[in-house]
This record gives sequence, structure tokens and C-alpha cells, in this order.
Amino acid sequence: MTTAAYPTVWKKPPFIKSTYLRYSLWAAVLVYTFLALGSVEVNWSRVVEGADRGMRFVKAFVQPDFVSRWPNIWKGLVESLTMTLCSTVAGIILAIPFGLGAARNLVPGWVYIFCRAFIAVSRSFQEIIIAIICAAVFGFGTFAGFVTLTFATIGFLAKLIADEIEATNPHALTAMRATGASWWQQVNYAIQPQISPRTIGLCLYRLDINFRESAVIGVVGAGGIGATLNTAMDRYEYDSAAAILLIIIALVMVAEYFSGIIRKRIQ
Amino acid sequence: MSMLELRAVTKQYTANDLALNNVTLNIEGGEVVGLIGPSGAGKSTLIRCINRLTEPTKGSVTFQGRDLVGLSRRELRKARTSIGMIFQEYALIERLTVMENVLSGRLGYVPFWRSFLRKYPPQDVQRAYALLDRVGLLDHVNKRADALSGGQRQRVGIARALAQEPDLLLIDEPTAALDPRTARQIMRLISEICEERSLPAIINIHDVNLARQFVKRIVGLRHGEVVFDGLASELTPAVLTEIYGEEDWSKTIQKGGEEADAENEAA
Ligand SMILES: Nc1ncnc2c1ncn2[C@@H]1O[C@H](COP(=O)(O)OP(=O)(O)OP(=O)(O)O)[C@@H](O)[C@H]1O
Ligand SMILES: [Mg+2]
Repeated sequence: MTTAAYPTVWKKPPFIKSTYLRYSLWAAVLVYTFLALGSVEVNWSRVVEGADRGMRFVKAFVQPDFVSRWPNIWKGLVESLTMTLCSTVAGIILAIPFGLGAARNLVPGWVYIFCRAFIAVSRSFQEIIIAIICAAVFGFGTFAGFVTLTFATIGFLAKLIADEIEATNPHALTAMRATGASWWQQVNYAIQPQISPRTIGLCLYRLDINFRESAVIGVVGAGGIGATLNTAMDRYEYDSAAAILLIIIALVMVAEYFSGIIRKRIQ
Repeated sequence: MSMLELRAVTKQYTANDLALNNVTLNIEGGEVVGLIGPSGAGKSTLIRCINRLTEPTKGSVTFQGRDLVGLSRRELRKARTSIGMIFQEYALIERLTVMENVLSGRLGYVPFWRSFLRKYPPQDVQRAYALLDRVGLLDHVNKRADALSGGQRQRVGIARALAQEPDLLLIDEPTAALDPRTARQIMRLISEICEERSLPAIINIHDVNLARQFVKRIVGLRHGEVVFDGLASELTPAVLTEIYGEEDWSKTIQKGGEEADAENEAA
């Protein structure tokens, strides 16, 4: 067969067909970035002032002080870990019904809409905002933190569980329906085995997130290690603050390591 | 009265197209019917209308003297327990063991706690073992379904359907995903099982020769209408043209005969 008559070059067709439009879009992005950078006001004298404090903070990391505030740090840590664990467990338990209810292939339309709406509300508020509200309602302390993290966990997990359910292979569900299985039996046999490895991974990931968030929301009054950190910063005790941050980093790394092992084993 | 009677069953998915148009069909006890027809003729729709995985738009489906179309959800669930189904894509639960897959055929008979804890009644477990022996998988009881080959998976699908102790089998292209040799073995297994239990069945098949070889009565579907209902031996080129459209059929039929002979010699 002779191929001489066919072209020797081929180019992938560009995503945006019109050359003119393509380059104008690039130009627009560049101009906008430039203008946006220009609009950020920088108070240089304040930056210079702060740089000194920043340096002290960095130096504190070299010589963190675990000892002088240890009782406070320990109390904060225990609070944070308790808050993290309780809110993750409560969040998972509550996320399951919402996740099932937000899966289009399992429930009638009105249940779906209700659950998706709840999830959307839960996800649209950042943890800090919920924490501020909860601290106002329940008073400062760990309970506010617990409620905040539980609420955030429900939104996060329920959405991912629901998406996971909707992406399952539909044949298994059809087969279970055809045997005359009840709704719960269908979920237990056709859905649960398909989603559980990823879901367990997501729960562990959320445990991670909740620990980190517990440190952040403590700053706005939800108790735990975040409150201890906030106090240390207010007193300019950067060496204690550094110690707290190092402990948080270490705990996050430990959690990451173990959740990695667990996720591998359940594949 | 026939065991299964379809009266003027019509299914309309979209406004201007009938997937099934006034299908009337009687099936007697112990009778195996092969349903053939071009892709999109409505074969899958027809068998799904029987156990109402798809709701028929009009018409009645009378199974053992009861109209299935009028049943409430609870009654339908009950009726489905006596109709076994086998799928082209096997529709097994991949992460569960072979035994769990077979036992899932009992879901409609046992309460939720039993299925959840996998504590099935002893006679169910015993029957599952016997069925796995019958389909030749006794050595694979504890394997996960996704560790099996296509032919083995379809055997699990057959055992699951039989675990229901069905009075009717609905079989949707059981061999379409298998190689020719395995396809024959599976078809032979199905027809032997139907014979030994005098179990009526409707089998959708793409492969005309396979149908001619293993099934006595053939129903031809075209554009949602029954255009042929007779013995496999009556499938002449003229009839195949009527079902599938113009094509040289003489070779197909002849070749079918030869293949069948070769198969018999090998066996
Ligand atoms: N869920 C659905 N929604 C809309 N149309 C559908 C649906 N299922 C099937 N159809 C249409 O109904 C017609 C019959 O489809 P069906 O799957 O029953 O054909 P089939 O004979 O089983 O084909 P194949 O041999 O390819 O499996 C087709 O035109 C198809 O597009
Ligand atoms: Mg089909």
C-alpha cells in the first residue's frame, strides 16, 4: 500500500478554536493579574516592624519551650483530642443517613432534595464561622468545638458518601432488587461493599482534618489546644507557642502515617 | 392457564418511540423460550417488564395466576423472590465472597438481621453449597467474586438465581461477555438445569446459532413487536430476514449445524 499521498504532520486541535479568542483570553488574564496585584495595599513600615517579631518567632522554633506551660498544653491537648474523636464519631454516624438520603439512585426525589440542601448548608459555612456562632450559643469551650466539628463532618462526609454511592456499579443494585431484597438489604449488599474501602479512608482523613481544625477553632473560643495556643501568642510566649505548633505537626504526621497503613490494608 | 401470560404489554420510554408494542406471549410450565432480535428490539425491556425492574406502560403480566402489574411494593417484593434473574454483566457483588453472593439470592426470604450478620438458616447454607457443587465451584466458596474468571462469575450468577428457588428464570444475554467455548458451556449448564428442575425460562440471546442449539422455542422481536414465535427448527433465512433485516443467512444456519456437530464429537 502506498502512503505517499497522506500528510506527515498532525496537530492536536486546540481547545479554543479561534486563534484570536485564544490570545485575547491569555492577554485578559495577564492584565487582570497585574491590576489585581497593584490594588493590594502594602504598608511597608509595618512589614519591617513585623519582620522583627517574625524573626523572633522563627528563632523560637529552634528553642521551643515544652516545660513552663506544660500543664496548660497537656490540658489543651486532651481537650482537642477528645473533641476531635467525639465529633468525628458523631459526625460519621449522622453523615450515613444523610449520605444515603442524598444518593439519587437510592431514594425518592423529595428525600434527595432535602438531604442535598442540608449538606449544601453545612458545607457553605467555614468551620471558623460555625465555631463563632456555636461559641456564642453554647458559651466558650469544648462543647462549642464539638458541635462545630460534628456539623462540618456531616456536610463533608455525607456529600462524599452520596457521590460515592451514585458512582457505584448499578448492576449489583439491580440484581439485589430483582431478588426481592428490602431497601436496607439492598444497601447492605449492593452498596456497602462497594463504598466501604473509600469511605473508611475518608473517615480517617476527616479525623485528620478535625484535629487540625480543632486547633484553629480554639482560637475563636472553641476550647482545646487552639485556646492554649492563642493564650501563648497573646502573652508573646513564642517559645511555648512553637512547642504547641510542633506538637500539632507531630500529631498530624502520626495520624497521617497510621491512616495510610489502615487504608492500605482495607483495599 | 399458562404459567406466565403477557397481555398487550407496551413500554414507552420516550414520547415518540415504543420499546415494546402490544407484546402478547404465553409460557407454559417447564418451557424454555429463546428471545432473539436485533440490538434495541426491546429484549431486555421485555424481561425487565416481567419482574417490573422496568414498569410497563400498558398491559398485564400474569404470573401463576396473579397480575404482577397491579401489585403493591410489598407484594411485588414477595413475587420477585420466586423469579430468578441472570445478567449479561453477571451483576455480582465484587467484593463479597462467592458464598455471600449465592446467599444473597435468599435476601427476599430472610429478615434483615440475618442477612446483615450473614447468619442464614442452615438449610439455606446447605442449599448454597449444593448449588455451588452443581455449577462446579465448590472449591471457590470463600473466594471474592472479583477473583473469578468470566465463566466462573456467570456460574455464581446462576447459583444465586437458583438459590431463590425460583419458579421462573429471566436470563438477559448470559453469554454475551464470554468466549465462544465458555458461552456454550454456560448455555449447556442453563439448559440442563432448566431441564432437571423443569424450570421455565426466558433467555435473551444475540447468537442465533446458540439459540438454535440449546432452545426449542424461539420468539423473535423486532422494533418491540413479536414477529416470530415457533420452533428453533423453523428459523429459516426468510424468518431471520424478517427479524433482523436483509442479509445472507444461509451460511449462518449451515455453519451453526456444523459447529454443533463438532461440539458433539468433542464432547
Ligand atoms: N432506560 C431507558 N430509557 C430510555 N430508553 C430506553 C431505556 N432502556 C432502553 N431504552 C430504549 O428502548 C429500546 C429497547 O431497548 P432494549 O435494551 O430493551 O433492547 P435490547 O433488545 O435488549 O437490545 P440489546 O440487544 O442491545 O441489549 C431501545 O431503543 C432503547 O434505546
Ligand atoms: Mg439488552
